[in-house]
Order: sequence, then C-alpha cells, then structure tokens
Amino acid sequence: MSHSDSHDHAAHGHDEHANHGSLRSYLTGFVLAGILTVIPFWLVMGHVFQSHWVTITVVLLLAIVQILVHVIYFLHLDTRSEGGWNMLSFVFTIVLVVIVLGASIWVMYNENTNMMPMSPQYQHNGE
Amino acid sequence: MLEPITHPAGRSLLFGRLTLDSLPFLKPDLEGHIVLATLVGVLLGGLAILGIVTKKRLWGYLWNEWFTSVDHKKLGIMYMILGTVMLLRGFADAVMMRAQQAVAFGPNMGYLPPEHYDQIFTAHGSIMIFFVAMAYIVGLINYVMPLQIGSRDVAFPFLNNLSFWFTFWGAITFMVSLFVGDFSTAGWLGYPPVSELQQGPGVDYYIWGLQLSGVGTLLSGVNFVVTIIKMRAPGMTMMKMPVFTWTSLCTSGLIIATFPVLTATLLLLSLDRYVGTHFFTSDFGGNVMMYINLIWVWGHPEVYILILPIFGIYSEIVPTFSGKPLFGYSSMVYATCAIMILSYLVWLHHFFTMGSGADVNSFFALTTMIISIPTGVKIFNWLFTMYRGRVHFTVPMLWTMGFLFTFTIGGMTGVMLSVAPADFLLHNSLFLIAHFHNVIIGGVVFGVFAGVNYWFPKAFGFKLDEFWGKASFWFWQIGFWLAFGPLYIMGFMGVTRRLSHFDNPALQPYFIVAGIGAALIALGIGSFVLQIAISILRRKQYAVGGDPWNGRTLEWATSSPPPGYNFAFTPNVHQRDAWMDMKKHGYQRPLEGFNDIHMPSNTAAGVVIGVLSFACCFALVWYIWWLAAASFVGVIVASIVHTFNYHRDYYIPKDEVRTFEHSGNWQPESQGANA
Repeated sequence: MSHSDSHDHAAHGHDEHANHGSLRSYLTGFVLAGILTVIPFWLVMGHVFQSHWVTITVVLLLAIVQILVHVIYFLHLDTRSEGGWNMLSFVFTIVLVVIVLGASIWVMYNENTNMMPMSPQYQHNGE
Repeated sequence: MLEPITHPAGRSLLFGRLTLDSLPFLKPDLEGHIVLATLVGVLLGGLAILGIVTKKRLWGYLWNEWFTSVDHKKLGIMYMILGTVMLLRGFADAVMMRAQQAVAFGPNMGYLPPEHYDQIFTAHGSIMIFFVAMAYIVGLINYVMPLQIGSRDVAFPFLNNLSFWFTFWGAITFMVSLFVGDFSTAGWLGYPPVSELQQGPGVDYYIWGLQLSGVGTLLSGVNFVVTIIKMRAPGMTMMKMPVFTWTSLCTSGLIIATFPVLTATLLLLSLDRYVGTHFFTSDFGGNVMMYINLIWVWGHPEVYILILPIFGIYSEIVPTFSGKPLFGYSSMVYATCAIMILSYLVWLHHFFTMGSGADVNSFFALTTMIISIPTGVKIFNWLFTMYRGRVHFTVPMLWTMGFLFTFTIGGMTGVMLSVAPADFLLHNSLFLIAHFHNVIIGGVVFGVFAGVNYWFPKAFGFKLDEFWGKASFWFWQIGFWLAFGPLYIMGFMGVTRRLSHFDNPALQPYFIVAGIGAALIALGIGSFVLQIAISILRRKQYAVGGDPWNGRTLEWATSSPPPGYNFAFTPNVHQRDAWMDMKKHGYQRPLEGFNDIHMPSNTAAGVVIGVLSFACCFALVWYIWWLAAASFVGVIVASIVHTFNYHRDYYIPKDEVRTFEHSGNWQPESQGANA
C-alpha cells in the first residue's frame, strides 16, 4: 500500500511472513487428516462402544484434533508467523467462540427449562 | 406470525407496497400536519444548502476533495459532521418525548398518540447509538489514530471511504422513514414478537439501515486493526503506543468479533419477516429468547466499543493538561485488555428477569461486578495523573473532570443493577434509563466533546472559543442532572420506561424538572454549535501552530492542519509520549532532503457502491423487487469494476512536499524548547 516505502527500513521486527509448508508437511497433514477421518467412521460403523455418548464424545474430541491438524499443516499456523499475531487472533477467536456458544447454550437451556410453557397434556400428566 | 407479511392490496410491480397512503404528510390529521411542516422545513433547508453550494460552485470541490477522498483525516471530519447532524435529529426525538411526558397526565393524553411515541423512542435510541456515538467514535479514531502512530493513512484507504458511505446511507435509510412510511415501534434493539408482528415498513427500515451501517462499522474495525498492527512508526512497540491507539485497537477487535453477530441476528429476523421462517417466533420451534440472547451478545460489547476509545481520549487529555506522563500506563493497557475480554462475559445482565436459574444469574452478576474493577483502575489512574500536576483548566479538561464525577456515579448505579435480585425490581424502570444515560452521556458524549475541543486545533489550525465551550459544558452538566436525577428517583418508585401517558398526577413535577433539564441540554447543544460558528468567524484570532497544547504524542509533531501525507519523514520513536521525548531532545524538523511521497488516489467507487446499496435497502423495505435485484447486481458489478481500476496511487513530488514543509502552519520554533 501507500506506506510500504516509508516502512521498509526495519520498521517491524515482526514482519516475518508465514511459511508456505513443504511437500513433507503437506503429506504429514494429509495422512493425519485421513487417519482422523477413518477412526470416527470405524467407531460409528463398527459399533465399537456400547454407549452412544462415549462414541459421540470420542468423535467430537477427534474432530477437535482434526481442526488442529488442518490449522497447523494446511493453514501454517505457528507462534512465529506475523510476529505471533496470527496465533493471538486464533486464540482470541477460540475464546470468543467458546464463550458465545457455550454460554448461549447454557443460558438458553436454563430459560427453556424454566420458562417454556408445557402443553396441556404434559401439565395434566405432571399433576 | 405464521405467514410472511403480505399486502395483497396496493402491491404493484413497479412500486411494490409503496403507495400514496404510505406518505404520512398527506394525511389530514395533526400528525400529518406535523410531518408536513417538518418536511417543508427540511426541503427548504436542503434547497438553501444546495443553492449555496451551486452558487459558490462548490460541487467540484466537494466531490474531488471530500466525497471521493480516501484521506483518513477528511473521512474523520465527515464522520464527525454526520454524528453532529444525527445528534440534532436524535435530540429532537428526546425533546418530543420529554414534552409529551411532562404534560400527559390524567385526562390529558398529550400531543403524541402511542404509536407515534413508540416510533420516537425507537428512533431516538437507535440513532443515538448507531449514528451519533458510533459515527463520533469512528470519526475520532479515523482522524487521530494514524497521526498518533506516525502513519500516512490507514491500511486500506478505499475501504475507509466505503465504510463511511455505508454508514452515511444507513443514516439516510433511517431518515427517509420520517417522510415515507413509518418507523419501527419495537425499541432500539427490535425485540420480537413486536418486531416480527409489526406490519408495514417500520421494522424493515430499522433492519436495513442497521445492516448497512453495521457492515460499514465492521470494515472500519478491520481497517483499524490492520493499521495499528502493521503501520506503526519504527520503534513504536506495542507498549510505546499512545493509550488512545491502544483503546482503538481493543475497540476494533471488539467490533470485528461482535458486529457479525448483529448482522446474523438481524438477517435471521428479516428471514422471519420476509420468507416466513420461524427463528424467533413463539411457535414452530422458534424461540423469542434466542433473539434477545443474540442481540445482547452483540449489544453489551457494543457499549464497550463506545466507551473504550473515549477512555483513550481522556488518557491523552489528562497528561497533556497536567503536564506529566500518564500515571500507570501499563495498568491502563492491561485494564483495557481485561475490559475487552470481560465485556463478552456479562451480556445476560440485560435480561436477568427472563427466567434463567440462580446459577446463571449469579455467574453473570459476578462478571458484571468484576468488570467495574478495571474501570475503577482507570479512574484512579486519571486522578493520580492529575495529583500534583499543574492542571490547566481548559475546556477539554473541564469535560474530563465532569466525566470523572458523572461517570463514576453512573458506574455505581450500574453495580447496583448488577445485583440480580435488585435488578428484578429495577429492570425496565426509569432507574435503568437514568443509569445508561448517565454512563453514555457522562462517558461517551462528554468524551466526544472533550476530544473535539482537544483535537479541533489540529484539524483546522485554530482553537475553539473558550467561553462558549465552557457554557456548553455547564449547560450539559447541570442539564444532565436535572434531566436524569428525577428519573433515578422515579425508577426507585417503580415507574417503568416507554410510557406515553401516566395516571398518577404526583409524578408530574418530576417529569417537568426532567423537561427543564432537557431544555438546558438543548442550550448546551446550541452553545456547541455557536462555539464552532464563532470560532470559524474568529479563526484568524484563534489561529495556532502545530502544537498548541504542548502535546505529548505524535499528532502534535506535524502542522495544523496536517498535510495530506501527514509526515514528510516517518518519525522514529524511542519512548512513550514520542513527541514530548523528541521536544526534550531538541528535535529539529528537517527542511531539506525530501523524497517523492507515495499516496493512494481518490476514487468514486465508494460513493457509487453506497448509493446502490441504499437503493437496494429502500427497495427491500418496500418490496420493490426489480429495483432490489437491479441495485444488488449493480453493487456487485461496481465492486468488480473497481478491482480493474489501476490508477490507485500517485506520487506527491518532492518539490511540493518541500514547499509545504517550508510554508505550513507549524508550531513557532521557540515554543518547543520550554516543554
């Protein structure tokens, strides 16, 4: 932009740009992503666990690992790119998403159980 | 609402649901006459301005120097003008409400029917937040922040221009509802079910006006974050940034994180209204509370978006007029960051009464109490900065001290409201109204006036008149307490908000006092306008150099007004309060050895895209589908055409730079030495 000329002289120690990965890192990511996709598929199709909730929990945990694999190997997120700003904004985003989604679910669950009117049939049975 | 709103009668292919009946000024009743008189006034005033502009041949100047400008300083000034014009509109609404409530007792129904009164309080709230406070905030950040970090413009100058036009046309969308159709009656946050069930164009004006300005604000936020992170002068590490720049960064982060929530929530609401979905209905799986939850996920951080940059303004003013560095710079920065995160954790305190359990309410009550701690830290920092300082009682400093007094009390009533059981009594009462006006007027409005008085000499090269500045301050300060003191008292007695008529005559004296307070505030606004007019007339007498206040930060290192390129040489920063440091070390402004300066070119794309977006929004409000489709395609085409514009930059030749550097309005050299 208009400022590149004036800022060339050592303006920022943190202008190291994100690395663009190597064939090796892409392949590692690809294999990991593949494994992390196959395991949940197998868990569900093979009915490995008795309890549904165990399956769901494990699948969700693997999904989180999957996100990390994508972010690290394909989006090249590390603590150094853009002087750490990429990492910082990633963490900021995670915190906000957790707060907004988590607390909204908590709040709405509360208000739903406390406030939603039950249908006459349920009210009758409840008495 | 089971079906999308349809108006089979009076729907035409050409004009949608817009008919002659939609024009309130054609109606033969009192309301129609009031609107007609307003319309005539607006038209006459508008024609007079257009006539003067045409007669003085200013169109070319306005178009080339302002409308198409990508200069952050000019855009900042345009935001400030927009904010002031909308302040007059929003305040006119406030006066109408005060007048109605002062007379509407017992048999007297006042002069405003309830539907009209409801539109007025909705318009007042949304205009004051979106088009007054936000316009002022974005304007001040735009003007000051790039100068403070020693930059030549923001990171994306065209985007900045586009943001302004989105905000501008959002404001116009609101204003058009005055004369064509009506406005929402659902309050400033458009709660369903009212906002879902209200027929007619009112809520649609509200939705599309906010969508336009919301996108503009979001783009500004992105722009500011990138500017602050990437374009600081060499040597200015994060912990050497001026506090105003810090608070701008945190506010912009909040904007990026929350405005998408507003956009999405309003989009869901419009889907309910336009195509009959059931996100926020009370049947078919919809949930009204979800709207209220989502709108406050945006709405609470929004009030911190407003107040954080204002804290930054005070943090610049107090050290300058106390003649010493800010007390506790690091604690100020950490407090700002803490507020930024905590402001995400308190939104439920706006609906304690909606039926969450004790655990949810206690959690949000505690976080609300906690957020007052970093704010308290800031108050003490300002006080300790003044302590043993040589305090100059200038107009910006008066506003700051008025703020310290008023805002602290507003903060304390906020802590009272944060106690969930107490909130069950005070919720939606006039106590709440008094509280948030106390923090928004005592915090944001006072801060904007402080900032305007402080940076006006930088922007225009002359100071603002002291007498009328002080008059404005005292009218506002006394008027505020007269207007909102009675509301605190009545809130305790259980009087609720948004009523256009009262039965109990014992309340009337309180409302009359509140009305007198509003009249004093009107005098305060009048004094402000007069202050600017008189200062312009006496601009020769009030002329100042680059550094009229013995400033501490980099914006005072350049001339007043600054040249388009801000700094001929990018300053090198070694310490906090960089300009004060430079003055102490006997800085000599270089007068030779200039280079050509690379600058962004003006472009009309922002104006074109803005007008087309407004056409699209207006068409959506009135179901004029052909126009909506055509203007939407127009926006896309205009954006694509702009990407093929290769004349994006130019060089200011070094001779021109040299000429300005030798002739500009600089500080007299002698003044710098006795810093």
